[in-house]
Amino acid sequence: MSTLEIRDLQVAVEDKEILRGVNLTVKAGQTHAIMGPNGSGKSTLAYAIAGHPKYTITGGQVLLDGVDLLELSVDERARAGLFLAMQYPVEVPGVSVSNFLRSAVTAVRGEAPKLREFAKDLKAGMDALSIDPAFAQRNLNEGFSGGEKKRHEILQMELLKPKIAVLDETDSGLDVDALRVVSEGINRFRASGETGVLLITHYTRILRYVKPDFVHVFAAGRIVEEGGPELAEKLEAEGYEQYTKASA
Amino acid sequence: MGLNEKPLSTLHEKASYDLGDFDVPTGREEAWRFTPLSRLKGLHNGKAEPVGHVRVDVDAAPEVTVETVGRDDARVGKSFMPTDRVSAQAWNTFEKATVITVPREAVTSKPTVLTLTGEGDGATYGHIVVKVEPMAEAVLVLDHKGSAVYADNIEFVVGDGANLKVVSLQDWDDDAVHVSHHHAQLAKDATFRSFVVTLGGDLVRLSPSVTYTAPGGDADMSGVYFVDAGQHLEHRLLVDHSQPNCKSNVDYRGALQGEAAHAVWIGDVIIRVEAEGTDTYELNRNLILTDGARADSVPNLEILTGEVAGAGHASASGRLDDEHIFYLQARGIPYDEARRLVVRGFLGQLVEKIQIEEIRERVMNALEAELSR
Ligand SMILES: Nc1ncnc2c1ncn2[C@@H]1O[C@H](COP(=O)(O)OP(=O)(O)O)[C@@H](O)[C@H]1O
Ligand SMILES: [Mg+2]
Repeated sequence: MSTLEIRDLQVAVEDKEILRGVNLTVKAGQTHAIMGPNGSGKSTLAYAIAGHPKYTITGGQVLLDGVDLLELSVDERARAGLFLAMQYPVEVPGVSVSNFLRSAVTAVRGEAPKLREFAKDLKAGMDALSIDPAFAQRNLNEGFSGGEKKRHEILQMELLKPKIAVLDETDSGLDVDALRVVSEGINRFRASGETGVLLITHYTRILRYVKPDFVHVFAAGRIVEEGGPELAEKLEAEGYEQYTKASA
Repeated sequence: MGLNEKPLSTLHEKASYDLGDFDVPTGREEAWRFTPLSRLKGLHNGKAEPVGHVRVDVDAAPEVTVETVGRDDARVGKSFMPTDRVSAQAWNTFEKATVITVPREAVTSKPTVLTLTGEGDGATYGHIVVKVEPMAEAVLVLDHKGSAVYADNIEFVVGDGANLKVVSLQDWDDDAVHVSHHHAQLAKDATFRSFVVTLGGDLVRLSPSVTYTAPGGDADMSGVYFVDAGQHLEHRLLVDHSQPNCKSNVDYRGALQGEAAHAVWIGDVIIRVEAEGTDTYELNRNLILTDGARADSVPNLEILTGEVAGAGHASASGRLDDEHIFYLQARGIPYDEARRLVVRGFLGQLVEKIQIEEIRERVMNALEAELSR
């Protein structure tokens, strides 16, 4: 059973302190929601865990099953079982979705999947997320709508089967149908009970489809309140104002 | 990387069959300032004696005729005049020319492949004429390999309504020096597609040019190059629009890596007074993969008429995008492979333009081999 442990994580961007001591433990079988206003540092947390070069770790640790992820390169973290669904997936010209996915699956599994099996898995994954099979031949994220990009992130998560998935505002910009499809994907992923999910969101809407076990409120670079699903309902009713005021 | 403000028409106005009309370049001339003359092994100053051999093997489509002819053959040298010293040197020194003729209205059933293999035994001067008669269609592959010090002129004479597609691979050994001029001459409604792939050689300087003899010509010239440490790969495009209602499109892309890897791309387009209704675009992009590599990219567009259908140019040289690499690495793909995927994608997008699958795969394989070195 896997555990992601974030201990007193401090992160700066271009010499500006953004994360000011984040503590959070996500265990397999659990879903944690992180909620917070724009600019509070949620994406910074996600990118720092994944190892984006723009973010400088100034203190703390991130352990996945006892291994310090901060010591690993970006690709090593992914192969160790971490997955980040990005808020703004980038377009990569000239790299086809199918080529990219096969490279990723090969890297994460440590061996190339059998072609026929891979094609079958890919087709099933795309069907489940209502992704047009023609997408496999398109360039990665190029010309995808917002919703298509997000579904494609979830497809990658389902194919790569990480131990811990960090989903950064995967719900933002989705219409209700797409939100339902994406939520079903997340629920399939966590159904095994062997994976942990850290669901970053600005809105409570997705939490109606993906029920969290824990809710953390994020403001000004740290967790300012924690609770169960009922905390999300309180936020829905009252908004973030009290937290932004308090931390200002 | 800015625009060269000098009028081009003066840069290209000198044309002669006479070697004596061209001074030995010093490196200060606009046309030579990027080229390391000392590495030309004498091709530019008359010191490269024609003692070597570049073997020409032809695998021709059954519809075409292939002849080896002497200097006095009437079909040689009709479509162009040398415009620089090395071109004039090659013109004055070659002994045998290869003449390929695609007869009127013939549509070739397979590509004609010319393999030019340098035998590494000294300087060689070559000449090729490809004559596509009216309404004929042909595909030609020029595959350069081996070791050579080689200067040549190639004439592509595309007749009325004819269509010629050329893929030229410069896949030389590491020590090769190649200075080449491709002269395409398009008659009425002729279509010319050129795809250049330059990978190997110490110094390659390739100057593809297009001229039009009547309205309706359409030229598309693409190229990819991969420059490794120490290599100098230079491409100098010239499109001379002197007829109304012709089109041209130029798109060259390169990747560079390693100490003293040097790419030069010059794209000159002239739209003369009489060339109303011209539609032209030229683009060069370079991906600089490491420190120590350098790309010089100079697009020049000189418009002498007020009546163009479209005219534009762009040039961009930059580093790999960190965000692309991060995204791929975040999916477990190691850095080297992520980089390879992005570079292959960048160059491969252009290779997709090659419509003949067999040749497209061949080019992709050559790039693949280069990338995994
Ligand atoms: N690349 C960056 N360069 C400069 N400032 C940044 C960068 N990324 C984030 N920030 C700053 O860090 C803070 C947190 O941003 P972010 O983590 O994106 O918040 P959230 O995801 O909660 O909206 C904001 O004040 C933002 O302006
Ligand atoms: Mg964010």
